[in-house]
Order: sequence, then structure tokens, then C-alpha cells
Amino acid sequence: MPENIAPPTEERIAYLEGLVSQARIAAAVFTQFTQEDVDRIVKPMVVAGLEQAQHLARLAVEETRLGVMEDKAIKNMVATEFVYNYVRDKRTVGCIREFPESGLVEMAEPIGVIFSLTPITNPTSTVLFKCIMAIKTRNAMVFSPHPNAWRCCAEAVRIMYETALKHGAPEGVFTCIEAPTLPDNAYLMKHKDVRLVDATGGRGASRAAYSSGKPALGVGSGNTPVYLEKTADLDMAVVDIITSKTFDNGTICASEQTVVIDDEIYDRALQKFAELGVHICNEAETELLGHTVIDPVKGQMQPMAVGQKATDIARLIGIRVKPHTKLLIAPIQGVGREYPLSVEKLFPVLAVCRAHSVDEALKLCVDVNHQGGLGHTAVIFSRNDEIIRRFGEVINAGRIIVNSPGAIGALGGVYNDLVPTFSFGCGTGGGNSTMDNVNVYHYLNVKRVARRTQPHMWFRVPNQIYFDMNSVENLREFPSRSTLIVTNQALEQIGHVDIVRRALPAQTMVRVLRIPDAEPEVKVVMHGVEALNSYAADQIVALGGGSVIDAAKLMKLKYEFPEADLEELAAPFLDIRKRVVQFPTVKTNQARLIAISTTSGTGSEVTPFAVMTDKARGRKVTLADYSLSPDVAIVDPQFVMSMPKGLTADTGVDCLTHALEAGVSVFASPYTDSNAMQAIRLVFKYLPIAYENPRDEEARTMVHNAACIAALAFSNASVGVNHALAHAFGARFGVAHGRANALMLPHVIAYNAAVPTKFRPSPRQRAYVAHKKYAMIADLLGLGGNTIEEKIQNLIAATEQLLDRLGMPRSIAELGISHEAFERELPELAKIAFDDPSWRTNPRMPLISELTDLFRSAYRGRGPAPETGRPQQQSEVEVCV
Amino acid sequence: MTTNAVWLKVDGERVAESVQEAVAKLDGAGELVLDFSSVGRIDPGAVGALEKLAVAAGEKAVKICLCGVNVSVYRVLKLVKLTPKFSFGV
Repeated sequence: MPENIAPPTEERIAYLEGLVSQARIAAAVFTQFTQEDVDRIVKPMVVAGLEQAQHLARLAVEETRLGVMEDKAIKNMVATEFVYNYVRDKRTVGCIREFPESGLVEMAEPIGVIFSLTPITNPTSTVLFKCIMAIKTRNAMVFSPHPNAWRCCAEAVRIMYETALKHGAPEGVFTCIEAPTLPDNAYLMKHKDVRLVDATGGRGASRAAYSSGKPALGVGSGNTPVYLEKTADLDMAVVDIITSKTFDNGTICASEQTVVIDDEIYDRALQKFAELGVHICNEAETELLGHTVIDPVKGQMQPMAVGQKATDIARLIGIRVKPHTKLLIAPIQGVGREYPLSVEKLFPVLAVCRAHSVDEALKLCVDVNHQGGLGHTAVIFSRNDEIIRRFGEVINAGRIIVNSPGAIGALGGVYNDLVPTFSFGCGTGGGNSTMDNVNVYHYLNVKRVARRTQPHMWFRVPNQIYFDMNSVENLREFPSRSTLIVTNQALEQIGHVDIVRRALPAQTMVRVLRIPDAEPEVKVVMHGVEALNSYAADQIVALGGGSVIDAAKLMKLKYEFPEADLEELAAPFLDIRKRVVQFPTVKTNQARLIAISTTSGTGSEVTPFAVMTDKARGRKVTLADYSLSPDVAIVDPQFVMSMPKGLTADTGVDCLTHALEAGVSVFASPYTDSNAMQAIRLVFKYLPIAYENPRDEEARTMVHNAACIAALAFSNASVGVNHALAHAFGARFGVAHGRANALMLPHVIAYNAAVPTKFRPSPRQRAYVAHKKYAMIADLLGLGGNTIEEKIQNLIAATEQLLDRLGMPRSIAELGISHEAFERELPELAKIAFDDPSWRTNPRMPLISELTDLFRSAYRGRGPAPETGRPQQQSEVEVCV
Repeated sequence: MTTNAVWLKVDGERVAESVQEAVAKLDGAGELVLDFSSVGRIDPGAVGALEKLAVAAGEKAVKICLCGVNVSVYRVLKLVKLTPKFSFGV
């Protein structure tokens, strides 16, 4: 609608306002109606439409002088009966669809007042269709028919309105503008109470609708290409094309416009057309047609030809045809402006074009499609599924009709299961918001009620865990042809490797791979993979602390999946179930991984994690996937009896951190809690004893078990912000992991126990409970306290006491790191910690500034070590476990 | 200061008529309370009557309170922008 259209007169505006006012009230009142109410109204409307189909068709032809009365009657019946058949059982009020498995419910919200433009080509059928849609969806509609079809449309609206009113519809639900004008349309398209502009018609109406600034449903013209492929059922194709192209004298915009015919069947096809009453134009006639029925300036069809009979068109331009000629076929040599007849022709003139190959045919169809037909309709006649598929791929059309008439096929419900419609969406190619056959769902706002869903949790652990003194003997139960023991030199020197070697079945060929005792680099992993390949190993025994076991996990991964990219697999993720990078699943080799831990901390023998050093970027990266979990874990304390005091303390603190973090994790569950709490209890009771009396077998056993039990917890509940901080700090300053954890631990407990600045979005988190969990731990340890706050303070004090007793540094400063150096690194440390996946399950979502503050707290530490070894300003807490 | 409040029960089967009758009660009333608790649904006629009532009440400076309005009816009044014209009570 051009912007420069003069506004309607005041009197006319008052008239239009009256229509909208009625519709606005009707739409508001309509919101109270139930599904049963609207269905009770729709059915008699449909019956009324059917009863009046012929009457309305006659009026339409008389007024518009377009089309065929009988065909228009059929269209009116399709618009009522077929549409009703589709909508009768559709829910359009209240809850319209439910997805119990995903907790989603879709609810219908009516639009309100719809301003609807209807075309001259299908006037009454479009009105009948839209009236049914409007009532079914509880909307009010103001109709603006094509100016040359308004009387028949007004009659169709009257019939629908009176029937609807009689059966309970609100007054004013349909109104129709008398003698509508462009100014009327321009005024109403921008009316504040019009909620949707629904324009069915030409491209102009559609563009005006979209440029009105209102939500719009504008659907427009097409230019349907047809590919008549050589394998087609030719008799059927010819009849279908004639049926479609002559239906209502070709006024349906989905009707065939240019038929591209394979060379092999071209002559035969034209002969068949001719036999069935089609006039095949000669070259001169084709040229004449092109210059007369197509506007040479605009390159568009002449309105005077639209909807006229073939014989009338022929007579008008001076072509002699037989009396009952149905259709004029004009052979053209190509598609484009130089071939005028290759455009849309809503009258019984059909262009045909010969193609010498499938490729040429498809290209010609693409050309037609792009000459005003984008997004609309296309037709193919073929028995070759591959060619049909290719046609579907290259043609941009909302309806690709196969082996059926285009016009009636696109209407839906007659030749196929497309949704019956009188409004064809043409997608963005046609400048439309939808490519669908417009139906009830386009006249509704669909509200989605989304219930909280909680992802299912898991508790995954290795198949077999052997524990207690000499449990390594269980290795005998695992037959192996070739076993690679991955360990480090120190463990071999103290005889641990020999113990393992003796425990393996006698027939096993055993090789030993010694690796550095540090988080593995890629080159170490690849060295192991070479060994596994050269020995064709079917079993890996990882004997060592976390680094060795992690290295063995990565070796097994690369051995079984040579294509796996460790760097890529270490990509960050927020939720392990939705991670972008997936671990591979198709194994090439198969090797059992048995992990025997020689420290009591990481629990790597049961975890699905592997920490790898990225030296180039000065960081540690964690790979996480349950496929990394060892197949068998052996928790034999004989391997930790000789562990040095410092290592006992470091690894023990790591174990405690695992348990504490799993305990407050947002992924914590009753399954992980039971393990986390037991591990905390064992650490507080036995770690000081194992540290002070390394040969105490019971204490060693219990701490070793605690490490594994804590790992079972954090394998499933994960860890938290303490680990993120420790990873970043440890990697940058070369501080042992347990020690780095110890520096952060009291500060992190205090941090997590406070009210978060920011809650971490997690459906698992039903309440903020971290402070209560800490209090529960304090109770478990018998630390006393009357309030949650007191209990938390007692837990922090007990933790600090334990750390002091284990000789842990009290601050980062105590490690000899200068304040300047630390502050210099701090921004990067905080960023690295934020990228660390460890905190993703932390109960409190850390802000970068908070991570920075935590690092600073750890730098300042928990005050100078008191002579008593107790933290200052804390009362001594007795641990009762 | 005292106000002369008039209370009227709206017939759920004859909403438009009940509201039209209320217009006659505006004279001398400081406040008119319409009890909608029997009204399940309203039609365009009732909406029209309420619009007229709001205009008349405005001219006579009478406050109109609709009480017992169910949420469906309230929503209709919201959609036709009538809610600012009335106060709502339980």
C-alpha cells in the first residue's frame, strides 16, 4: 500500500472505526469461550457454507467475471468441508498440546482483531475459509475484499456471520467493508486495535501488509514450474495438468505455469495434450500471446486475461481454435524476460519448454521458480525417486507437488495430506513470514507452559573395586596375554612393580613403562600409546598416584581411539550431558585398565577424570568422561605404607577437598552424600594418625579407603570452586595439588557458606543448602555449635586445625611468592579459574571478582601460625568421630 | 465525610440489562457497587452497557466498584480497556 495514499474521509473513518470497535469487543468477549463453544459454532457454519456453495460461486462469477462457476462451487466446498475435516478435532482453545515427557504444555491465546484482505481470484472460498479459521481460534475478523469482489464476499461474510451468531458467537465477530478502497486498507492496516494483518492476494497486498508495521500474514503470487520427466505416467500427467490449469480458468495461484518436458517425451506429451482439447500454439501464435496477455513493460500478466476461458482469450487476440478448446499451450525456448510467457499466468495459457537432460530441465525449473515463484508451489511428474529428491532440493517452494495437479494439490486434502488452505505461505523467498499452508495455528498465539524438569542423575562407578591389605592379589582373576604396567621409576625401585608383576597370572607377558611423576603431557601419552601398540597390549595396569593413573587413562583412550584429539576433548563444557565435544565410541583396540593407587588422595583409580598438563599454555586441563574410568580399581594399602609424610598430607588434603566439595555440589545426591560424608569422617579421624604414625596400618588403610570413597562421591557430584582455584594456582606457581587445595580450603568453605552474590542456574538446586550441608558435616564430626553459623565456624576451625597439624602452609605468601608477582598474575589466574570446569557444580556461581578475592584471601592466608598450631581467633575444636 | 453507597446485584443471565438499570441509580450515589459474583461470562451487549455506565458515572462523579468479577470477565474488561474506569473489590 503506497505511503502517499490519501486518508479516508472523516465519515469513512467513523464507519471503519465502528467496524473495528465491534470486532474489538467481540474478540474480547470471545476469550471467554471454551473449545466446545467454538466447535458448536463452527460446524453449522461449515454446513451453511456447503449449502450456499453454488449460490456464492454464482455471485462471484457474476461480480468478478472471472473463473468457472462450477469450479468456484467446488472451491467453496473444499473451503468448508475439507477445511472442517482438518480442523474439527484440532484443539484451539486452552491446552492444545501436551508433552508430558518434557513437561511442556502448549496453550492457545487468540490474536484479537484480524484485518483480512481477500483476493479477486478466489473471493468467496477464501472468505469461507477465513471465517472458519477465525471462529475456531476465537478471533474477530474485519474483511476487506478485493474492490471488484466485495459484494460476493460480503454475502459470504453475512452467511457465515448470521450462522455463527445464531449458534452463540459474539456480535461483531465478522464485519466486511462495503466498497473497500485503498485508503480504507491503509487506515485499517495501521489501526491500533488491529492485531494482525492477514493479506491473501497479490504481491502488492502482501507487501503492504508487511510494511504496515503490524504483525502480518501476507501470502502472495507464485509462478509454478512443472517438470514432466521422461519416466512419468504421461497419460496421468497430461490429464492432471489440464485439470489443474483449467480449474476455475487457472485462477489458483498454485496452478501450473511453465511445463519443462524431457526431450524423449516432448512430442508425445504435446500430442496427448492436443488429443484432449488443448490448442498447441505455433511460433507466431506464441509470439502473439506473449505480446498480448503479458504486459510488455511490467512483464506481468494482463488483468483482462485473468480467469478467462481459453477460447475467449484466443478469440480476443485473434487465434483460431476449436470450439471446446480448454487450454492454450505455448512452446517457449527459455525462461526470462525475453520469454514473456514464462511468468505467472492466472488463465488457461501454459508455457512448455523442451529439455535435453535432467540437469537442463532442473535449471529451467529453477529459472521459473526464481521468476516470481519463490516459495510458492512446484510440480513434478516422475517415477524416479532420485530425480524427485533432486527437484525438491533445488526448488524453493512451500508445496512441491508430486504426480498430482498443482492447483488442487497445493490446496491440500484432496490429492495429498497437505493441510487444506486457501492461503499459501511462500516463505522468505516470497517475502512471507511463513511457508506453510496457512491454517488454524497461524491464527493463534501459542503459549508454552514449561514445567521445571530435573535431569536424571546417576551414580556410576567402576565395575570392580578391591580393597584392604594385599587386595592386589585379585589381579590373578584377570587373564591377559600382554600387559603393560605404567608406573614411575621410584615405585619400581621400592619394589612395588615386582609386587604387581607377581600378582599377575603366570602366562601374562608383562612390560613396564616408566613415565615422569607429573601430570602427563601429550608426548608422554603418545609414548605410552606406542608401547601399547608395539606390545599389542590387552591390559594396562596403572600403578602410581593420580598422574600415573591419569596418564594410563589417556593412553588407553588414544590406544582405543587413535583419532581422539586430547586437546579437543578437553574443551570446556557447562553440563557434561550437553557438551559439544563428545568422546568417541567406536573402539579399534580393547584393553582393560586396572588402576592401583599408590597415594591416598586423587582417587583417580575410580574417577572418570584425567588431568593433563598443557605446557604451551601453562595450564592443566581436565578431561572428563565416564569412558575414562578404569575398569578395575585396587585400593591396597600396602602401596601407601611407605608414602612420605609430605605426600601423605598433600594427598590427604586433596581427598578431604574432594569430599567437602562433592558434599555441597549442586549435583550431590543421597548416593554421593553417603560417600562424601564417610570420607570426611575417615579423613578427620585417621589422616592425622597416618601423617604422624606412617606405619599405622589401620590409619593408612582408612585414609586409603577414604580417598577412594571420596572419589566415588566426586566422580558423580563433581568438585567445586576450590579445585578451580587450586588448578590455576598450582599450574602457574608449580605448587602440589593437595597443597594448593589446602591454601584455598578454609576460604572456600566460608565463601560457599555465605549467601551467594549470584546463584548458579541449576535445576538440581531446589534450595540453597551449602551452609546447611557444612553444618551437617560439623555435626557429623561432633564439632558442636548451636546455630548453623556456629557450626560452620567450627568446621572451618577444625579444617584449619587439621591443615596446621599436617604442616600445610597457612598462606600463599608463606610459599615465598612475592606480593607483586602474585598481583601481576592474579587477573590471569582468575580468568583461568573461571574457565575451569571444576566449579560448574559449585553451589555458588563465582564471579571473576570473587575468584580474585578468594585468591587474595589465600595469599593473605589464615593468619600467622600460632605457637599452639591452632588458628588465631578460633576456639579449639575437638573432633569427635 | 460520608458517601452514599448503592449496592446492586448483577443478574448473571441479564448482565446488559442489569448494568443499564444501574445507570438509573447513579443520581445521588457517591459510590455504586455492582456485585458480579453471579456473572460467569459477559457478551458484547454487557460490554457496551458497562462502557455507557462508565461514561455516565464519570459525568456524575460517581465511583463504580465492581466486586466478585471472575478472572475471565476481568480479562475481557482489560482487553476493551475498561478496567481503569472502575475499581474492583472482592
